[in-house]
Amino acid sequence: MRSKKLIDLLVLPLFGIGLSLLIWHLISGATVSRVLPDGTTEEIKTGLVKDLPGPLMTWEKTRKYVVEPFAKREDLDQGILRFTWYSLVIVAKGYLIALLLGTPIGFLLGLSPLFTKLFDPIIQILRPVSPLAWMPLGVVLFAGTGKAANELGALFTIAICAMWPTVLNTAVGVRAIPQDYLNVARVLKLSRTQTLFKILVPATLPYMFTGYRLSLGIAWLVIVAVEMLTGRIGIGNFLWNEYNNGLYTSIILSILTIGVVGFLLDRAMSLLERRFKTA
Amino acid sequence: MSDHVELSNLTKTYTTPKGPVVIVKDFNLRIADGEFVTLIGHSGCGKSTVLSMLAGLNPITSGGIVLGSRELTGPGPDRGVVFQSPNLLPWFTALENVQLGVDQVFYTASREERRQIAEYYLTVVGLGDCLHKRPTELSQGMRQRVGIARAFALSPKMLLLDEPFGMLDSLTRFELQGVLMELWTRNHITALMVTHDVDEALYLSDRIVMMTNGPEAFVGEIMTVPWSRPRDRKSIMEHPDYYRMREELIEFLNVRAYTLKGQEPHGSHAAPPSAPAKAMSPVPSPANSSRAPDLASVA
Ligand SMILES: Nc1ncnc2c1ncn2[C@@H]1O[C@H](COP(=O)(O)OP(=O)(O)O)[C@@H](O)[C@H]1O
Ligand SMILES: [Mg+2]
Repeated sequence: MRSKKLIDLLVLPLFGIGLSLLIWHLISGATVSRVLPDGTTEEIKTGLVKDLPGPLMTWEKTRKYVVEPFAKREDLDQGILRFTWYSLVIVAKGYLIALLLGTPIGFLLGLSPLFTKLFDPIIQILRPVSPLAWMPLGVVLFAGTGKAANELGALFTIAICAMWPTVLNTAVGVRAIPQDYLNVARVLKLSRTQTLFKILVPATLPYMFTGYRLSLGIAWLVIVAVEMLTGRIGIGNFLWNEYNNGLYTSIILSILTIGVVGFLLDRAMSLLERRFKTA
Repeated sequence: MSDHVELSNLTKTYTTPKGPVVIVKDFNLRIADGEFVTLIGHSGCGKSTVLSMLAGLNPITSGGIVLGSRELTGPGPDRGVVFQSPNLLPWFTALENVQLGVDQVFYTASREERRQIAEYYLTVVGLGDCLHKRPTELSQGMRQRVGIARAFALSPKMLLLDEPFGMLDSLTRFELQGVLMELWTRNHITALMVTHDVDEALYLSDRIVMMTNGPEAFVGEIMTVPWSRPRDRKSIMEHPDYYRMREELIEFLNVRAYTLKGQEPHGSHAAPPSAPAKAMSPVPSPANSSRAPDLASVA
């Protein structure tokens, strides 16, 4: 029984990763030099996807970012986790704003049919707008703040893109509260604040956390776009610079890092979420 | 603490997609101070509707309810309600569930006193060891015990119970009937309980109110249960009148619940709705075999 679990949770995923690396290796391209008859050398590209660096080459070229993950050599030459950390900090701030805005809006939507009729259409219209579209507006809105405009515009973009899952899930959760629980509040004549904190919030918590988890995923998606546009230092900005420098191995390292960090954030949130599922 | 209750010409109309339906019409009942009354009737006749109007959770269409000397206007902690499913809040422990109401009603008491009140009632219902368990860790029967403790802990003027033991197995049901009687004997709170179990009604009630079928259901007959308290289940079941009174209730449900409404009784009613929990009393003595008008009077 235990060994089956070990196989399912560790051995098989590791095998899958190994298999993917192998496929990556097989399809990736390489540049080889060839000595021509006239004595000069010629560089030619080989492989199925000629411009895709393979895993070994990626490791070789990017190891300095990985083995010293927190190093700071220059502004644009830092360890990969240091870049990631810069991004996480601003994501955390924007995400916090998203939750602080999204949760009460969700409660209002769930509790008040009038509020829903008034604002639901607007929410449905704003929700699918891409971060790339919000970003310029954000920067313009905070242009008056001078140097902070980029930073505030980034926060604005992360917050407004990430808050929708929180808004919608909270609203669904509030609407799903069993009438029985509300009857308890009515029979006991609980005050509004008591009803909110003793009944409504605990009953909605599982839904709220589902929203929080999805919002965090979006906040992390948005950061890359935001950093590309603003030039704010971070993992997304690193990726963009290295693209401009033609260093494709760094792009791959960034993608892997963004993916792993996103995965870990999601795991952490679902652990939290599960704690509240009992309710 | 407790008070008498008067329901006069209580009427409830629901608006349905097919138009308004009068579920309960001119329901009249007076419950004396400290009396335990059960309400029986066919499923769907409107028992819960009457109870929820008393609880203030369901608006009254016409007629009125007076509790003590006050006309009822909405829900309030002066009426303890026990629902079929105990409706405990799953994020609170047993103690917190009971204390939520206690804090509300006895807000002048100290925190410690309020906790003691909640603990006391949980201990009386036999949950002294489970104060800090959450509802998910309790069996169905234990949860209903918490529900009962929660209702009594408010020291309400009146107790409303809607088939509180309907979802329990018969052994647990007997136990909880005992718990309910124990608490009620200590407090003698005016109580109205909906049940579909005639044995339960006979064991618990001072009077049994039989509702006719719906729509426009009303009080068909009322049976007075004369036995002194505290009652012993075994001895009342062996009482010479028990079998006859039980038959009387079943006969009402099978025949007069329909005929009083001018409806045809359903086919033959060979099988009573619930089998007696114990072997029926021996052959009824001739003196008891006829209907006793003093016990069942038409309202
Ligand atoms: N909110 C409602 N709207 C419309 N009809 C209802 C509503 N609640 C109950 N009813 C109807 O009223 C009748 C009585 O219901 P109820 O009081 O729950 O019966 P009982 O408790 O005696 O089984 C049923 O026919 C039910 O379908
Ligand atoms: Mg009912």
